[in-house]
Amino acid sequence: MLPILHALQGRFGLIGEEAVRLISAELNLSRAEVYGVVSFYHDFRKEPHGRHVLKVCRAEACQSMGSDAIADSLERALGIKFGETSADGQVTLEAVYCLGLCAVAPSAMLDGRLIGRLSEAKVALLAEEIRL
Amino acid sequence: MIRVFIPLDSFAVALGADEIADELALAITRSDLDATIVRNGSHGLAWLEPLLEVETPEGRIAYGPIEPGEIAGLLKAGFLTGGQHPKRIGDIQKHPYLANQTRLTFRRCGIIDPLSLGDYRDLGGFEGLKRAIAMTPHEIVQEVTDSGLRGRGGAGFPTGVKWKTVLETEADRKYIVVNADEGDSGTFADRMIMEGDPFCLIEGMVIAGLATKATKGFIYTRSEYPVAIRIVEEAIRLAYEAGIIGKSVMGTGPAFDIEMRVGAGAYVCGEETALLESLEGKRGQVRAKPPLPAHKGFMDRPTVINNIISITSVPIILAEGAEQYKNFGTGRSRGTIPIQIAGNVKFGGLYETAFGLTLGEIVDGIGGGTASGRPVRAVQVGGPLGAYFPRELFDTPFDYEAFAARDGLIGHAGLVVFDDSVDMLKQARFAFEFCAIESCGKCTPCRIGAVRGLESVEKIIAGDRPAENIALVEDLCNTMKFGSLCALGGFTPYPVMSAITHFPEDFHGHSQPVREAAE
Ligand SMILES: Cc1cc2nc3c(=O)[nH]c(=O)nc-3n(C[C@H](O)[C@H](O)[C@H](O)COP(=O)(O)O)c2cc1C
Ligand code: SF4
Ligand code: FES
Repeated sequence: MLPILHALQGRFGLIGEEAVRLISAELNLSRAEVYGVVSFYHDFRKEPHGRHVLKVCRAEACQSMGSDAIADSLERALGIKFGETSADGQVTLEAVYCLGLCAVAPSAMLDGRLIGRLSEAKVALLAEEIRL
Repeated sequence: MIRVFIPLDSFAVALGADEIADELALAITRSDLDATIVRNGSHGLAWLEPLLEVETPEGRIAYGPIEPGEIAGLLKAGFLTGGQHPKRIGDIQKHPYLANQTRLTFRRCGIIDPLSLGDYRDLGGFEGLKRAIAMTPHEIVQEVTDSGLRGRGGAGFPTGVKWKTVLETEADRKYIVVNADEGDSGTFADRMIMEGDPFCLIEGMVIAGLATKATKGFIYTRSEYPVAIRIVEEAIRLAYEAGIIGKSVMGTGPAFDIEMRVGAGAYVCGEETALLESLEGKRGQVRAKPPLPAHKGFMDRPTVINNIISITSVPIILAEGAEQYKNFGTGRSRGTIPIQIAGNVKFGGLYETAFGLTLGEIVDGIGGGTASGRPVRAVQVGGPLGAYFPRELFDTPFDYEAFAARDGLIGHAGLVVFDDSVDMLKQARFAFEFCAIESCGKCTPCRIGAVRGLESVEKIIAGDRPAENIALVEDLCNTMKFGSLCALGGFTPYPVMSAITHFPEDFHGHSQPVREAAE
């Protein structure tokens, strides 16, 4: 079911009620079963996200390089908290736990684009890019 | 035609390698330069990424770390002919960080174009598979057993024994599942081998298939690895096209198919039975064992489930023989291990070497101490479920038993270095928080224990009856350690208890007596 969910979310940006209904009919599963899968994984969402999704690594290697402070300044620069989408729908800020970039920490991912050695200077540039 | 190597590895890409490649491509067309770009994997010297190399008559000359915007300057300095430049390093293979390694599993990583079958063959690719095709399944299994290879995913279970079980279990269909979920902080070896040498993974899987009579293989990786997903999918396509896999392995062997699957952001799916559930399209919840996956795994069929580094170590074992591999290492930890040095460290990256270096040699010697220049205070080994070791334990040799003897684990061989600004109480808090976020929810000690643990640590942070709450945390850890179904709940006590044991001053505050918790 994961490849199907990835494809649907890739196409529509979310897994809505209709998608759940469709999958349950096609795979001959109850809607509760499908919903159970969708809600289990952090990647799948029922709500639309912003035009940009910024994922910031909050795991240990990034912590050791000051990711907590970087995360705070991102929250301030974007005016939202982790897990939130900005009011103008421009950006969603999410936490991730390790992007495999731990030797060039702290790191983040903007819409699938990897970013290493995050610094306050890069945060400012990122925030600017996102607002465009 | 001059070849310039620009890594496609995530380390390099995260630091602008794609932009740098674009800049160079533009310069090549504009000035009609006689040069072409090869996107290679990474040598693993992360602090030098993006590391560019240019092929000259004197060999490959490296430059790094290069930032976007530097191509024009490099060209002006005669970079294409190995000219002088402040960032010129010379032959990267002679760099002590690389020269002192023993590269078996990663021997091609960074050197070849990962998607070139020609490059792969030129550097010994498919030698192991060719030998395996001429052997019986039992002979292959014996070779792997004799090599002493133990699973690199964390538990260190002998790979040969696992394969033997699958080979001897009768079934209409059998599977090879490669665990490339790599969720541990501080680890990136799985990602690097996928990005730098994907045919080695395919070769290892096919050998595992021949050894166990499995006809289908899955690679399960995480959605956080976009580059690895793209490279491995392309490599699978090329392997089909070349007839290496498909209806008949290498044109003479039995059938073998490979498919790649991508997770959806759940750490627990790295646990082998949760991974199988996820592969079957379900919630990634841990199954009770027995039955073992080797008896009833994917779709209830006998399944080899191995970490990707275990699988990619197999081709060289077959190519050069078990004895050769076994000669490396110490005690019951045989062969080489790709140590991943990360966090607050000067020379972070991947360092493949025989087991047995001490932790101090790795952190201070190879890693060069902290990036911040402050003293090293703690090193977490083995990911979020691994223990924090203080400097007093730096004489611990890097092997499975030595770490276990000191209440630690080497896990997937990732190290995260912290300087003296780290607050160990905060790290203990994070360990519980991580467990609470990632718990699959199947058993109570983990599901509830992590939440209660988090609350208790927050009380300690707030200065609310610290001694009582530390005692409560210790009690919870005990329950989680012995009552959890899998190691997510069962090992969370490692980071928590090691922090309390080795760094008591952070828990009790400076005014409180340190022994209070034990009373
Ligand atoms: C919570 C949890 C997460 C795990 N994550 C991984 C992982 O990301 N990669 C991995 O290879 N093994 C992981 N393991 C270990 C696997 O369950 C299993 O031992 C391993 O895939 C076996 O392969 P090996 O024998 O080659 O090591 C994890 C275990 C637990 C309990
Ligand atoms: S220990 Fe945690 S992750 Fe493991 S089975 Fe129990 S609830 Fe699931
Ligand atoms: S811990 Fe942040 S990338 Fe690995």
